Amino acid sequence: MSSFPLLTLTAALPAVGAIATAAVPAARRTTAKWLALAFSLATLVLAGIIATRFTPGGARYQLTESHAWIADFGVRYELGVDGIAVVLIGLTAVLVPFVMLAGWHDADVLEAHRPNRNWRPTQGFFALILLVEAMVVIAFESTDVFLFYIFFEAMLIPMYFLIGGFGDRAGAHGEDEQSKQWREAPPMRAVVGDGRAKQRSYAAVKFLLYNLLGGLIMLAAVIGLYVVTANQLGHGTFSLPQILQARAVGRMHISAVAERWIFLGFFFAFAVKAPLWPLHTWLPNAMGEATAPVAVLITAVVDKVGTFAMLRYCLQLFPNASNWAAPVILVLSLISIVYGALLAIGQRDIKRLVAYTSISHFGFIILGIFAMTSQGQSGAALYMVNHGVSTAAWLLVAGFLISRRGSRLITDFGGVQKVAPLLAGTFLVGSLAILSLPGLGPFVSEFLVLVGTFSRYPVLGVIATFAIVLAALYVLILYQRTMTGPVKAGIESMKDLRLRELVVVGPLIALLIFLGVYPKPITNYLNPAVKDTLSDVHKSDPAPQINAVAKETAK
Amino acid sequence: MDHLIGALVGAPLLGAGILLTGGRRLDRIGHWIGCLLAAVSFAIGVLLFADMLGKSGAARTMTSHLFSWVPVASFQANVSFQLDQLSMTFVLLITGVGTLIHIYSVGYMEYDERRRQFFGYLNLFLAAMLLLVLADNYLLLYVGWEGVGLASYLLIGFWQHKPSAATAAKKAFIVNRVGDMGLSIAVMVMFTTFGTFTFGPVLAHATSASQAKLTGIGLLLLLGACGKSAQVPLQSWLGDAMEGPTPVSALIHAATMVTAGVYLITRSGAIFNAAPTAQLAVTVVGAVTLLFGAIVGCAKDDIKKALAGSTMSQIGYMILAAGLGPIGYVFAIMHLVTHGFFKAGLFLGAGSVMHGMNDEVDMRKYGGLRTYMPITYVTFGLGYLAIIGFPGLSGYWSKDKIIEAAFAKGGTDGWILGGVALLGAGITAFYMTRVMLMTFFGDKRWGREAAQEPGGVAQPQPHPHEAPKTMTIPMIILAFGSVFAGGLFSINSSFLHWLQPVTGHTEGHLPVSAAVIQAATLVVLAIGLGLAWRQYGRQAVPAVAPRGSLLTRAARRDLLQDDFNHVALVKPGEYLTRGLVYLDHSLVDGAVNGTAASVGGLSGRLRRLQNGYVRSYAVSMFGGAALLVAATLLMRGV
Repeated sequence: MSSFPLLTLTAALPAVGAIATAAVPAARRTTAKWLALAFSLATLVLAGIIATRFTPGGARYQLTESHAWIADFGVRYELGVDGIAVVLIGLTAVLVPFVMLAGWHDADVLEAHRPNRNWRPTQGFFALILLVEAMVVIAFESTDVFLFYIFFEAMLIPMYFLIGGFGDRAGAHGEDEQSKQWREAPPMRAVVGDGRAKQRSYAAVKFLLYNLLGGLIMLAAVIGLYVVTANQLGHGTFSLPQILQARAVGRMHISAVAERWIFLGFFFAFAVKAPLWPLHTWLPNAMGEATAPVAVLITAVVDKVGTFAMLRYCLQLFPNASNWAAPVILVLSLISIVYGALLAIGQRDIKRLVAYTSISHFGFIILGIFAMTSQGQSGAALYMVNHGVSTAAWLLVAGFLISRRGSRLITDFGGVQKVAPLLAGTFLVGSLAILSLPGLGPFVSEFLVLVGTFSRYPVLGVIATFAIVLAALYVLILYQRTMTGPVKAGIESMKDLRLRELVVVGPLIALLIFLGVYPKPITNYLNPAVKDTLSDVHKSDPAPQINAVAKETAK
Repeated sequence: MDHLIGALVGAPLLGAGILLTGGRRLDRIGHWIGCLLAAVSFAIGVLLFADMLGKSGAARTMTSHLFSWVPVASFQANVSFQLDQLSMTFVLLITGVGTLIHIYSVGYMEYDERRRQFFGYLNLFLAAMLLLVLADNYLLLYVGWEGVGLASYLLIGFWQHKPSAATAAKKAFIVNRVGDMGLSIAVMVMFTTFGTFTFGPVLAHATSASQAKLTGIGLLLLLGACGKSAQVPLQSWLGDAMEGPTPVSALIHAATMVTAGVYLITRSGAIFNAAPTAQLAVTVVGAVTLLFGAIVGCAKDDIKKALAGSTMSQIGYMILAAGLGPIGYVFAIMHLVTHGFFKAGLFLGAGSVMHGMNDEVDMRKYGGLRTYMPITYVTFGLGYLAIIGFPGLSGYWSKDKIIEAAFAKGGTDGWILGGVALLGAGITAFYMTRVMLMTFFGDKRWGREAAQEPGGVAQPQPHPHEAPKTMTIPMIILAFGSVFAGGLFSINSSFLHWLQPVTGHTEGHLPVSAAVIQAATLVVLAIGLGLAWRQYGRQAVPAVAPRGSLLTRAARRDLLQDDFNHVALVKPGEYLTRGLVYLDHSLVDGAVNGTAASVGGLSGRLRRLQNGYVRSYAVSMFGGAALLVAATLLMRGV
């Protein structure tokens, strides 16, 4: 056990930042922005320290902290990270500052008319982002199921307000062509809204209810787990290390039926969060109505908790049930992949299109996890990182585009390349990352997932590979319609990327290239964790028919 | 010396990086940076070539391991290079022709405001193409493979303000992706079969794998090759790709990238040799495309599209040869190299003509240009003689060998394939003579209707003129290659001896003597030439295309390939996606909402919740907490 509570500090820092930001006086909203950014950057530093203090291949959970919390229920405040958690904390900490920078002016429109003196939307916006970060980080860190559950649920609250309160004002009114006008004198209806505000509210509530429902079912399963551990060990516990330990020494035997039910309860919640077909329908609404930075927060950060939790809780706690359910889950994820891609092709709204591509990509992640091979699971974990970075780069640029035109309809764009070449160029790089072009990060993870799946389930692997054609379709059709061709009316005076926007996109693109060319530093963290998980589920990689490598070295 | 291999790729990659991120301040010198780094790569290539020649045949393979790329358990992908005679041949072709085309582009793109980016993309292409031929494993090859696809996409769509260019670029990428799917699945099968996808061990142990696996891998690789090399059934993108600037058509869509499929098959020779079914499929694809491209080439009035049909057809020859196995590999590559010279030269000539004719591409509006642009006329003419296989010129040596090899396959197959190859030679003579006559001979058909056009926007009168030196010098150099390369390669079978250690070679058994086949080739050539002269030399070329026979009209529409794709794929796809969008909203979302409603009346609350959400959330949380407490109490009782 580490004497210094590094993990607690990393989660607490953004939480403190959230309070500090919220406390900034109404008049000093720029201070609030910088303060929030400073806190997010400090969190990034801490995430970096976690990565350096962690020894890949060492103990399974490191930097652990453990304190009794609610002793009566066996709930402990237990933290610890494996390689996957380290990487995902890093992803979160990297993305949040970019989300803030991209959303620098997202709350400004709400500032224009103040109903009372305490009206502080800017402070609220940035504080909520920090709050989400804090909760996501602690969800990645906790090794106590109950502790995890609390934050898994609690993060819905700030997300709800981010979606419902700071919706996409740009999307509301295609007829308002000059977003510039809005900065000077935003029309009331953009703020208070009419039909659009209702849609936004609908999206936020849908997001909340869907996830709450998942959460409630998970709660039942969490309680079920408590019952089981109480029966088996004499004292109920939620501690993942304790349960694993007990199972290793043969003191835990869950009946197959109980394991399956509890597994399903957990999995349902994670599948809603991920989201997996057919539980995906909240995502397009939420991502469509939220501003682009908040949409990035949803899909690139918050949703990762769902897939992460499948790897950490479903597989480790319920190995037999995981193997039992794998065939069905694989099929569902395959449907997600193809279905998400086909629906993306059919979208007319840029942000909904992005949402459906995410559904397709989450399908890949879940496919990789449940293929139960080293390549599949390392690929899935790496996919979480790559999907986060690539979607952030793509969607944030899309957000810049949308806010300039005041519309998210694809048909309102055309010929942007001619007037804003930098915007078009960065959008193209993001697009290419999304379609998994070799040389950029997502290719590596996608190929690993495909190979990992193919080696155990050739047919599924082949079907999933069709997605590379579909991905090219949805990405390039969008690019063609928005960026190429003659310049459309309403686009002529579109400004190219500003410095702040370049600061957002540039590093993300550099990161995508780095992840594509040299992913080894990341896989070094992931591989040992995946190896442990695979041994939990008693799976080993299928051996090749002819071991050409061994034969060559034997020569 | 081995470390220089990385620099081959690195130099143009650096150029791409500088040019694409350097910004406007590089506009004035950017194109020279691009040329310089292409030339540096060529110089390194020559250096390595000299070094390689100094070693004995078996010891010529050089390797260079850079770093471990993707290591996950037994999946070990490395960034490492392998330079053997086959790769070397490509390196010299790519960097040599590439440098010439860079220089040509300095003149050709002189007035384009995005010239710097153009050179950035060209450099990017060189880097990717070199990566493709230098990789020592299939996954890294795949990176180069898609990299050239990207460069091709960017360059076809370079004038993306034109909707046709943007559409063509997208089409090329997507059709190629279908092929890429084949290649990626092939890599997966290799991994599960051999535990690796590095050339060395895979090819060394190819024969230990089952016949089904090998055939599968072979067919998947062929699918990849069909995409990249525009072979039937994935050929439909190449004609449209002519939307790109002409130097792009010369470099990427004629001399280098589109031949990557031939490289892939030749490189994977050990797999194909052990999988006769896959080999047969390769030869069939080659033979069909050979005729397909040639027929399309006969009907096109757009000079670039006629040449594109020809490219397709010539690559069909190469694929056919590669499918013949060890009797054909060397000749496939030899034809690839000579084709690289003469086809690049022909395209550059076409570009020069367009340059002098206000970017007109319709050959019916050319005519009599030989006196206006003599250098273009001579260099294009030499390329023309080379491609039709005029005795002594490059194409004669390489194409003739393929025809012989096809006959040498033996049996009925041999007769059919040989016959097709022979027929193709005749059609080649026809369509190339047609291009030559329509462009450089006959009456001038330009500058007439432009003046007469009533009410239309007055087109500036074309003033055909010779291109600047930056353009003519590369054309002259390529013309030298078109004339002499084939002969040079054939002296003492030098090319055969050079490549044999890598690809292997066996002599086939001809059913008739070689002299008979050569004579037949010449006769067919003369017939094709004569027919073309009768139609386009003796008679005046009409300025408006006649309606033509059914076949001609079909050929003008690329033998209805796009129409087929539209009906069979595009339309159903549109209906499918539209239908799904509808179903997702009404059925999936509806079902989930409906389930929710029936379970807990959630749907009704959904509506009410729009105002009182915090309270409701609190209620939900309370419900959860109550459950928890109840459960705990229950537990205590247990």
